[in-house]
Amino acid sequence: MSTTTEAAEPASTVDLPESTGGGITTFDITLKVRRYIPEFSDEARWDEWTITMQGTDRVLDALHKVKWELDGSLSFRRSCAHGVCGSDAMRINGRNRLACKTLLKDLDTSEPITVEPIKGLPVEKDLIVDMEPFFQSYREIMPFMIANSPAPSAERYQSPEDRERFDDTTKCILCAACTSSCPVFWTDGQYFGPAAIVNAHRFIFDSRDDAGDMRLEVLNDKEGVWRCRTTFNCTDACPRGIEVTKAIQEVKTAILTRAA
Amino acid sequence: MSTTNTPAAFPATSLEAPRSGRIDPKYLRSKTSSGSFEMAAWVFMRLSGIALVVLIFVHLWVNLMSGGGIAQIDFGFVAGKWANPVWQFWDLVMLWLAMLHGANGMRTIINDYAEKDSTRLWLKTILVLGAAIIVVLGTLVIFTFEPCMLDAAGEQLPRAVCPS
Repeated sequence: MSTTTEAAEPASTVDLPESTGGGITTFDITLKVRRYIPEFSDEARWDEWTITMQGTDRVLDALHKVKWELDGSLSFRRSCAHGVCGSDAMRINGRNRLACKTLLKDLDTSEPITVEPIKGLPVEKDLIVDMEPFFQSYREIMPFMIANSPAPSAERYQSPEDRERFDDTTKCILCAACTSSCPVFWTDGQYFGPAAIVNAHRFIFDSRDDAGDMRLEVLNDKEGVWRCRTTFNCTDACPRGIEVTKAIQEVKTAILTRAA
Repeated sequence: MSTTNTPAAFPATSLEAPRSGRIDPKYLRSKTSSGSFEMAAWVFMRLSGIALVVLIFVHLWVNLMSGGGIAQIDFGFVAGKWANPVWQFWDLVMLWLAMLHGANGMRTIINDYAEKDSTRLWLKTILVLGAAIIVVLGTLVIFTFEPCMLDAAGEQLPRAVCPS
């Protein structure tokens, strides 16, 4: 806000067509949010707001606009707001996405944009769910390096090839978009879920780690990898583009070859 | 120098997880492990699936395409096939694999769609009983098959294979 009095920046080197006028297009959207406020009602309901948004805005900006200007009681999680922390996974137009990575202009703005909490976890308020069952599964696969050899005086070396082996699964931000998109998890919440398996994969295939067998044993549980039906919902849902179903299949193969 | 290494301590087994105990009991997993049964079932589904593709398509081709085609199927045709131990074995393997493959598929569907343990138990009990009855009956039919069938009047059925 203080920059308005400063000298104008030099003209951009990018030539914008006249039609944009150098500005940003605005449009009206209808935001339809699943509300649940246990203090007032045990029933969830839908609330709708029609707001004017800009072409560069994301769903998170629309939620902010509602919370800051229209209805302060709207509750949702967000921390970094830039797709790194994994706080704002929600069901947008029926698909699990991060609100901070979903541009409004990429959605169908002629229809109301529906926003719901992620499925399969207990809703606490509005878009906030209890993540504890999700993190419980995460803890069970021991998401930390366990090395049997004594710690070297410097770092533990790893070849680029060995590092590449589990590179994809290091990208997980624990947003729960995958686990809460999985129909097997929806049924009873007993399945470990894609996120826990992805994070186990990250250590199982790490050449520096020595507890791969223990993690494979954990995931050989009847609620472990064998409950995966390869519906690929998790791969579709992952905002980081991790090939989740492939990682689960690799863990299955690892359990099989270990048993053989 | 490496003989005195102590095994790594695993915090997950020696420390209580943070905030443990406030989790909804619905999500707590039972600690009873099923060994490697789920893995065996998963492998069985893939192997039996491959075998069944061969078994069923040869079965369909022999019965419906080769020889007299679809018109050839009657009591005598079946009797002729089961006079041959190869076809007895073929049909026996097909029966067992198909029933176990199908029953296991139904079991996973029950696991996925039933939400209460008591519902699961009932559905699986019915499933196991049904599958067992069909497998036992089918096996008995293959091995106790009587090719010389007579009707109520003591007449030979059409194309029944009776020693003359």
